Amino acid sequence: MSGIVANPYILEVEKLNAWFGQNHAVKAIDLNVVPHTVTALIGPSGCGKSTFLRCLNRLHEEVPGARVSGQVMLQGDNIYDPGKDPVAVRRQIGMVFQKANPFPALSVYGNVAVGLTLAGIRKRSILDEVVERSLRHAALWDEVKDKLKAPGTSLSGGQQQRLCIARALAVSPPVLLMDEPTSALDPISTAKIEELVLELKKEVTVIMVTHNMQQAARVSDWTAFFLLGESVEFAETRKLFTTPQDSRTEQYITGRFG
Amino acid sequence: MIVRDTLASHDFRRKITHHVAMVTLFLMACAAILPLGFVFFYVVEQGAPAINWDFFTKLPAPVGETGGGFANALAGSALLIFMASLIGIPWGVSAGVYLSEYGRGRVAKILRFSIDILASVPSIIVGIFTYAMLVMPLKRFSAIAGAVSLAVIMIPVIARTTEELLKLVPSHIREAGLGLGLPRWKVTLRIVLRGSMNGIMTGVMLAIARVAGETAPLLFTALSNRFWSLKIDQPIASLPVQIYNYAISPYEDWHRQAWAAAFVLVVLVLSLNLTTRLILRRVDGKTR
Repeated sequence: MSGIVANPYILEVEKLNAWFGQNHAVKAIDLNVVPHTVTALIGPSGCGKSTFLRCLNRLHEEVPGARVSGQVMLQGDNIYDPGKDPVAVRRQIGMVFQKANPFPALSVYGNVAVGLTLAGIRKRSILDEVVERSLRHAALWDEVKDKLKAPGTSLSGGQQQRLCIARALAVSPPVLLMDEPTSALDPISTAKIEELVLELKKEVTVIMVTHNMQQAARVSDWTAFFLLGESVEFAETRKLFTTPQDSRTEQYITGRFG
Repeated sequence: MIVRDTLASHDFRRKITHHVAMVTLFLMACAAILPLGFVFFYVVEQGAPAINWDFFTKLPAPVGETGGGFANALAGSALLIFMASLIGIPWGVSAGVYLSEYGRGRVAKILRFSIDILASVPSIIVGIFTYAMLVMPLKRFSAIAGAVSLAVIMIPVIARTTEELLKLVPSHIREAGLGLGLPRWKVTLRIVLRGSMNGIMTGVMLAIARVAGETAPLLFTALSNRFWSLKIDQPIASLPVQIYNYAISPYEDWHRQAWAAAFVLVVLVLSLNLTTRLILRRVDGKTR
């Protein structure tokens, strides 16, 4: 152990396997993530990229019949350690979903603050500050600052997705997972979210599943290509898209299958 | 030519049959609401003129005297429903939460089925059950026994409504809560349950409307009381039982008062149902 050299990776995934019952959905994935980068996971439907993502915050195991093996080191700490509380892990690794899902019956403000209020933080000054900061980070503040009391579900689709990003950012996780965050949005809202992801890099490390290869090329620094539960190729995005090492990667990115 | 003519005449016959069938079905549907219309007409015709200030404020007059009112029965019914809600709402909602959020596999299936069976148990059986469980051991008819028997009727209604409404909450809402690092019980209570509160309230109101008119389970449990009593360990008057007692009595004046009470009960149950529907419509409008 050389304690002098700082660990260059925020997340180190080693031999990660995941199952749904008998179905081996994710097969022995190794993947290291550099802090303050965006990593894109691409691949055809059913290739295990979403399941892999959901293993990174221990959400996969919430599905009945689901199972995981392998390890995921977050800042040198295995999140699958038997003593680890999944609840604590998920506070460290936030998640944004494919479909914008603001909580019903909660206001815009309530949605952003919920991670704190339900954790017992009641102090108004802290909440106000966190809500404003998170909404600013999510590039939503200017649009909603006059309707913080309105229901979260009253916003437009793109705004709702940014509200969900603000909600995830409010508990200040070092890592943010995004599961096809723009697949339900129109091109303008998509562009806003992509712009936002580039901004977010300053604060958090982003790992993003996307169906859209142009999106991966536009926003990510690193890209992993998944096929049939395996990680075929993991490289810097520019390299992966210009000089893919594996013929399957090449065929996929040139649109010959998938 | 012959084929074409035959088919044309078939068309004509088919159209006639169609119209006759439609008219018959329509008339049958109308006939189905006739009883409702008669009930209303009768209760309003007989009950409305019998309503007066004394009905709401006076106790029953001694046997043989005319006058008096249903004040004790109104207060008794209110107390019974309140206590039944105190028992039945938390019980039913908890059962519904378990079935929707945690119930998996055989055990949950058996529980769900049992709750459905409980919903269809005749209310008089619930009354006899409560009689055996509470009245016999305590050697006394009591308001609390009445409330328990009403609660037993409320539980399945509330449990199944709660379960159905919670199942409408998409699973990604729960995952979003878990993804924020919230423990499952907080996600269940503070996000999933809270988000369905309006709907669950309507289920509760329907359950209350259902038990407000229940007579059979109260006959062996709360019994009745001709005097003012709000003691929970004593027999207590209630609208439906007092209607029953007055209706089978030989006195004209009691019949009049029974009609008045029936009118009040119908208005109460109807307004609960209507309010529920209005709330439901508003909730639907908001989510769409």
